[in-house]
Amino acid sequence: MIKKVSFFVTINLLMGIMLQAQVLDATTLIQKVKANIDKVNDYEATGKMITNVTFLKVPQADVKVYFKKPNKLKIKNEKGISFVPKSAVSINLNNILNGNKYSVLDAGKDKIGNTIVRVVKLLPEDDNADVVLSTLYIDEATMVIRRAKTTTRENGSYQLEMTYGKYVTYGLPDKIIFTFNTKDYKLPKGVTFDFDDGTQNNKTSSDKAKSKTGSAEISFSSYLVNKGVAEEMFK
Amino acid sequence: MWNLLQIELFKISKRPRTYIAFVAVAAIVFIFQFAFKADGQSYMDLMLQNVKDSFELEKTKAINGYFMCYIILNTLLIQVPILVALIAADSISGEANMGTLRLLISKPISRTQLILVKFAAATIFTIFLLLWMAVTALFFSLLIFGADDMLIFRTKGEESQILQITKDDIMWRYLAAFAYATVALTVIAALSLLLSIFAENSIGPIIATVCIVIVCTIISNINVPIIDRNVKPFLFTSYLVGWKGFFYIGVSPQGVPIKGSVENWPAIRNSLLILIAHIFILVGASIVVFNRKDIVS
Repeated sequence: MIKKVSFFVTINLLMGIMLQAQVLDATTLIQKVKANIDKVNDYEATGKMITNVTFLKVPQADVKVYFKKPNKLKIKNEKGISFVPKSAVSINLNNILNGNKYSVLDAGKDKIGNTIVRVVKLLPEDDNADVVLSTLYIDEATMVIRRAKTTTRENGSYQLEMTYGKYVTYGLPDKIIFTFNTKDYKLPKGVTFDFDDGTQNNKTSSDKAKSKTGSAEISFSSYLVNKGVAEEMFK
Repeated sequence: MWNLLQIELFKISKRPRTYIAFVAVAAIVFIFQFAFKADGQSYMDLMLQNVKDSFELEKTKAINGYFMCYIILNTLLIQVPILVALIAADSISGEANMGTLRLLISKPISRTQLILVKFAAATIFTIFLLLWMAVTALFFSLLIFGADDMLIFRTKGEESQILQITKDDIMWRYLAAFAYATVALTVIAALSLLLSIFAENSIGPIIATVCIVIVCTIISNINVPIIDRNVKPFLFTSYLVGWKGFFYIGVSPQGVPIKGSVENWPAIRNSLLILIAHIFILVGASIVVFNRKDIVS
């Protein structure tokens, strides 16, 4: 009987220690990813942005993205007009990892393409924070975030999907696909006097569901890292 | 014929009412330009509504010369038929009113020639009016507001859309739109000419033309399925706004606008052909009626 009790106590203790070790691992992982991102004080990136929102029919835009620590980010169109999603500031990963006021939970492993990634959930300790939950999919080999899903209290959910290339050492992606929630767009009646060319929109229920989300895809062609960015770029 | 046309154009140029149309167009255009220069953002806010909650947009760039011209044409091309009627409806009835019609038809010209010359003169007036609109609404707006990409706000079926046309893909659309508008307004000129044959003074045909245009425009803009199917296709006013079709840019399956394309060219072409058919029918009817008319005054 005593043997049995001591066996269960030992097992429980071992499990507790292992669990503690896994939590520490996830925290260390986050710290390593953060250290990677922290190498970048500022950058100026050139790229092309494709916006995919049901009611917006806009061309591909040539954009410049300016970043400065800790969380200044501006997307500017080089020529013409561009619709930049307001929540696109979240492509700055510092926004997710800034500060240490969150609990880190290890959520196991997953697969993105052929890469096995660690899944880590961040729970803000501040009850009033807008972000409710962030789930990060981290590539342990390169210590970069491949995917980030964020749920907010006021601004819906959004997801970042990142592909890395030659700037991986700075944790800067070559391509970001940013998915976000959109609201329905309805023009006031009787202001446009449209030409009825007989074409109709026969939307299915799945089309209507799609219209609730939008995405913006930015493919970066170059980065100028830690060369200084003027304050006026963020105005 | 050419001499006759020159005489008709001379007569139109000497009438003060001819210039009312040009002054009215300039006044409306300048009021619009002033209003948008002063507070164009409010209009943009109204059109963008909840889009502005989700997206950042440089509204000052969006309110540019190309956008202004589209907004002005959107409003003006509903009023301009009235201005065209002022001149075209005076063609025959004005002569009858002044007592010169009998004198005119006693000259060695056929009644058909006379109608064709009157119609050609009204068409030339319409072209000049549209050229004036192009100068004031497009070129002055470009001078005041500058050039940039153009946003088109549109309702297609149940869906509202915002289309963006890059600035290097706009000018040809305006040229095509003004050419289409010339044909559309020529229908009004032909209608006014026909109505002017039945009257002894110009007020009647002017008012009749304006009433027909207003009633048909209202019916064309009522969204009732039974009217959509059975009435609208037979109203010429349903096709007057076909010029907008040149600004409905075609998009790829991914929703990206295709430069140099229009969404539905067959619809624009058919509308244009229907309007041209209206012109032939109305001018033909004018010739038949005028040839049979017993002119006693």
